[in-house]
Amino acid sequence: MPDLSALAAQVFTGLVLGGILVLMAIGLSLIFGLMTVVNFAHGAFYMLGAYVAFSLLGVTKSFWATLVLAPLVVATLGFLVERFLIRRLYGRGPDDPLLLTFGLSLAMVEGVKLLWGKIGLTVDPPKQLAGAVDLGFMNFPVYRLFVVAVTAVVLVALWLFLEKTNVGLIIRAGSRDALMVRALGLDLNRIWLLVFGIGIGMAGLAGVLAGPMRGVYAEMGVEIIIECFVVVVVGGMGSLVGAIVAGLLMGEIVSLTTFFAPKLAEIVIFMVMAVVLLVRPSGFFGETGLAE
Amino acid sequence: MPRGAVGRVADWVAAHPIPSFVVFFALFPFLVPYKSLATQILVFGLFALGFNLLYGYTGLLSFGHAAYYGLGAYGTGLALAKLKVASLWPALGLGLATAVVGGALAGFFCLRRRGIYFAMLTLAFSQMLYFVAFHAADLTGGDDGLRGIPLHPLTLPGLSISLRNPIAFYYFAYVLVVLAVAGLKRILDSPFGAVLGAIRENSDRAVACGYDINRVKLLSFVFSALFTGLAGALDALRLTVVPVESLYYSTSAQVVIMTLLGGAGTFFGPFVGAATFLVLEDRLSIFTESWQLVIGVIFMAFVLFLPKGIWGTLTGGLHGR
Repeated sequence: MPDLSALAAQVFTGLVLGGILVLMAIGLSLIFGLMTVVNFAHGAFYMLGAYVAFSLLGVTKSFWATLVLAPLVVATLGFLVERFLIRRLYGRGPDDPLLLTFGLSLAMVEGVKLLWGKIGLTVDPPKQLAGAVDLGFMNFPVYRLFVVAVTAVVLVALWLFLEKTNVGLIIRAGSRDALMVRALGLDLNRIWLLVFGIGIGMAGLAGVLAGPMRGVYAEMGVEIIIECFVVVVVGGMGSLVGAIVAGLLMGEIVSLTTFFAPKLAEIVIFMVMAVVLLVRPSGFFGETGLAE
Repeated sequence: MPRGAVGRVADWVAAHPIPSFVVFFALFPFLVPYKSLATQILVFGLFALGFNLLYGYTGLLSFGHAAYYGLGAYGTGLALAKLKVASLWPALGLGLATAVVGGALAGFFCLRRRGIYFAMLTLAFSQMLYFVAFHAADLTGGDDGLRGIPLHPLTLPGLSISLRNPIAFYYFAYVLVVLAVAGLKRILDSPFGAVLGAIRENSDRAVACGYDINRVKLLSFVFSALFTGLAGALDALRLTVVPVESLYYSTSAQVVIMTLLGGAGTFFGPFVGAATFLVLEDRLSIFTESWQLVIGVIFMAFVLFLPKGIWGTLTGGLHGR
């Protein structure tokens, strides 16, 4: 019988991992749902977030300033990418934006190595969040609890934005029927720019948060984008609820497999994906036929 | 619009694909700076040809072709290094069989979704295989790669040729690649090939015409895995080692880049693209470690401004696609 408090710690670790996956997958899913663009560079922006945070920490000496500024820097780059690269491809097939952002991710990985060096970097969590907290039945690193809290806050904020604001209403309408929204005289180009920026900013934030836990290295983006693809296939692409459920589920599955059968940890999400494909090809919350 | 001599030569070549291929690649080793580059271009051109059958001709974008390339390489490599198969042909056969079985299995799963989901699924399956090979170190050598692959002489009735000479190996690969190219031409010229084009242009209409498109797509996937597996098997013999990275995402990425640079859906695009990529890599890596940055930017420029690729642009898109 494995140690129960170690198991509980692993469940919490799964929640942290799931939180990062959810932040990533929601942005990916949001961008896809509205623009039918699969952003292959999503992982590269996550990586960039971690690197930008490393440099901003050196300049500002403040984790809290970095936590706010780094995602904004990354989102700004996202705006430029949408405006000057992806916008040229609207109206071609969905493969073309995928290929373009794939090229972009290659260039970004090498660009980061050129700017920050090939060797991975380490970032320490801030002093206020260092150490562990006693939860009664186990000790758990404070920083990881903080990551879960930030994820929850961002998700609630995103939900309020989409459900309670006018812009959110236009975004939801645009993902249902872009042509109709255009016919009503709304400028969807600006909405697309905004949504792309939000999605990229969330990827950047996920990178900032992941840095102190997982280290900062150029290949971190490629690793997570593949996990995110699995999450959106399982959850249903374009579905935000699907991204949350599948992201948390995958986080737990990976974390618990690491505990019970470490050798299978990297393979298990693909096995889950294969089963979901057999039983429910459109994913938990997916609509069949969306950009297929 | 009158086009230059280059365009006319390209048109003639596109109209006479097989003789052009046979003649050009017979002379090819004497046109490049070193022989090993010629063999590499030939093998990666074949890899891109397999990818192009699925993407360029059937319209299915795979981001996981490293899987079938790696399966072909490991199949042949394991037959020679672990099963101690004493001859080249059964080892090659085992590599092809591994790639075909892997392709059929992955195709069955990945074809349950269409469009961009297909791209994500193929990527996921190839990564799964990579991790399996990485952890099964007893069999595959894991991170160190599969080493100790003996290069047996090529045996034909009444003939035995050592392949250790780079030129001999080039022409051995050349004969197999010519057969593959002729095989692809035969597939594309058949009624089956016409259905592939119908699926690429409008799959709903192909269904309405009464074609069982899932069966056709799966068959196209398996043929693609066969060509790709042959490329992997040849590369295992060329290097006498199978690095575990042959299954990694970066290998899939390479073949996507090569095919799009050359021209997806064109007959010679894959070989033009493989040559462009490998020569660029060879030249750029002399000047800078960040050659992939340059390749990434060039690739983006192609997606934006030259979606037909080099060969597709030269032939004006009249042939093939």
